[in-house]
Amino acid sequence: MRKLLNTLYVATQGSYLRKEGETVVIEQGGEKALQLPIHTLGGIVAFGNVLCSPFLLGFCAERDITVSFLSEHGRFLAAVRGPVSGNVLLRRTQYRQADDPRVTRDVAKNIIEAKLANSRLVVNRAIRDHKERVDDSALSDAAAQIARYLQQLERAKNADEVRGIEGIGAALYFGVFNHLIVDQKHDFTFSERNRRPPLDEVNALLSFTYTLLAHDVRSALETVGLDPAVGFLHRDRPGRPGLALDLMEEFRSVIADRLVLSLINRRQVAKSGFKRAENGAVIMDDKTRKTLLVEYQNRKQTEVFHPYIEEKIPIGLLFFVQANLMARFLRGDLDGYPSFFWR
Amino acid sequence: MVDEDELIPISALQHVLFCERQYALIHLERVWEENRFTAEGNILHERVDIEHHESRRNYKAEYGLAIRSLSFGLIGKADVVEFEKDDAGRIVSIVPVEFKRGKNKEEDPDRVQLCAQALCLEEMFDCEISEGQLYYLGEHRRRSVEISEQLREKTSGLIERIRIIAASGATPEAVYERRKCDRCSLFDLCMPKTVDGGGKNVARYVQNQIRKSLHDEDTCKEDV
Repeated sequence: MRKLLNTLYVATQGSYLRKEGETVVIEQGGEKALQLPIHTLGGIVAFGNVLCSPFLLGFCAERDITVSFLSEHGRFLAAVRGPVSGNVLLRRTQYRQADDPRVTRDVAKNIIEAKLANSRLVVNRAIRDHKERVDDSALSDAAAQIARYLQQLERAKNADEVRGIEGIGAALYFGVFNHLIVDQKHDFTFSERNRRPPLDEVNALLSFTYTLLAHDVRSALETVGLDPAVGFLHRDRPGRPGLALDLMEEFRSVIADRLVLSLINRRQVAKSGFKRAENGAVIMDDKTRKTLLVEYQNRKQTEVFHPYIEEKIPIGLLFFVQANLMARFLRGDLDGYPSFFWR
Repeated sequence: MVDEDELIPISALQHVLFCERQYALIHLERVWEENRFTAEGNILHERVDIEHHESRRNYKAEYGLAIRSLSFGLIGKADVVEFEKDDAGRIVSIVPVEFKRGKNKEEDPDRVQLCAQALCLEEMFDCEISEGQLYYLGEHRRRSVEISEQLREKTSGLIERIRIIAASGATPEAVYERRKCDRCSLFDLCMPKTVDGGGKNVARYVQNQIRKSLHDEDTCKEDV
């Protein structure tokens, strides 16, 4: 399997990144703070006021290292990449297939089936691991209902029906999400999913983690030559990375949500690490953000079994594997898109 | 004659000879994975790839010479081309020299590449080339390669094959062969084990996963 490379996250405001030989140098306050060989990197993510020399950007583009710029709070601003890689023929195929109602239904169905199965697994594991501390019956009930909708998906006639079932499944899952928080329950309470802006600590953590996931999925799609903007489940909307959002659905609960839950349940984050802005938006401080970034990186090193390729791979490579399976499906090597089921 | 846009890079000949799918992944799909071998190859070529030349009386060597043939539809670069001249300054012989990693492999890819270079040079200088040389860095010596009729046929056959695949725009199906695939730099992008034959029936895979997910709760491994 290909090697999982590191992502360099730069969150210190006023940092300046430049190329020195085959290394990237991070300067803070005019001083060299860090120097890393570029070949160990798979991506660079800069938060807020971080500058990057054009030569470093060019070098990264040449080496297929995605450089993304996010706002200090994790909103995507821009990504820099070199000449469009991959093949125009593949992208044309992608567009044609995305216009075919049968293909969109099949792909959307497989993705949402994996999404529901995976989110149900998160619920079931909470029951198993924290039996005494969770509302067992509410969780079992939600898991059972999600299972029912999961079975219904097989009969979905079109992508719209898939989207409808997805909506119900997500509502059931987020309806019991607060029960999955077993520690610091008073400081971290989840009532509903909100993101523009996140109105509580849990939503702030979720939104930020989803941004990291989106960045990784998007680069994986670009690496295999697919257009992240044109999806099957998510309809085209200017500026929206539809296909990246499609692929993210399989990973949200098992990678992002579980990461957020374990940060709270293991007391790696605390309520004091967040502040509330005038508009009600809850934002995390630098220390909390750093904790999350480190844990996300650690999580990516963890190995999981991929049931379709039947190999153990680090979570960080899942995005690449799924992007490549999508490309192989669109090219006709596979007779469907094999979504990722967590075991 | 071939349109300039359709010129085939000489490197494609080695790829198609090794594996038609590898050729398509690199040249049609444009996916490329560096591995140790390609990285070493690049470093090696940095040494000879800089365009410059060397001349003495009656002898001239061009480094990194851009070459092409419109009749064969080839384009590429020759590591070194040696020109021998007579006293009147007329070219009497042209010898392409290709640098290779490691030791003499007696393998066709290197010879085919050399032959393709010879075809280009013959067209460019309107001459006949009977030999080329392979320089293996591992053994620090040159070996002469005859640009034989047989080698020419093999090379033009591969060019023809490339044209057919390129025109179809389709990547040939994967066939997993351990000996070849396991050392191929494109293994992860090609997914030969996954898509070879057994790569079908995704619907059944998804159904199995759902069934397992609904019934085998105990398969859950311990929480991370």
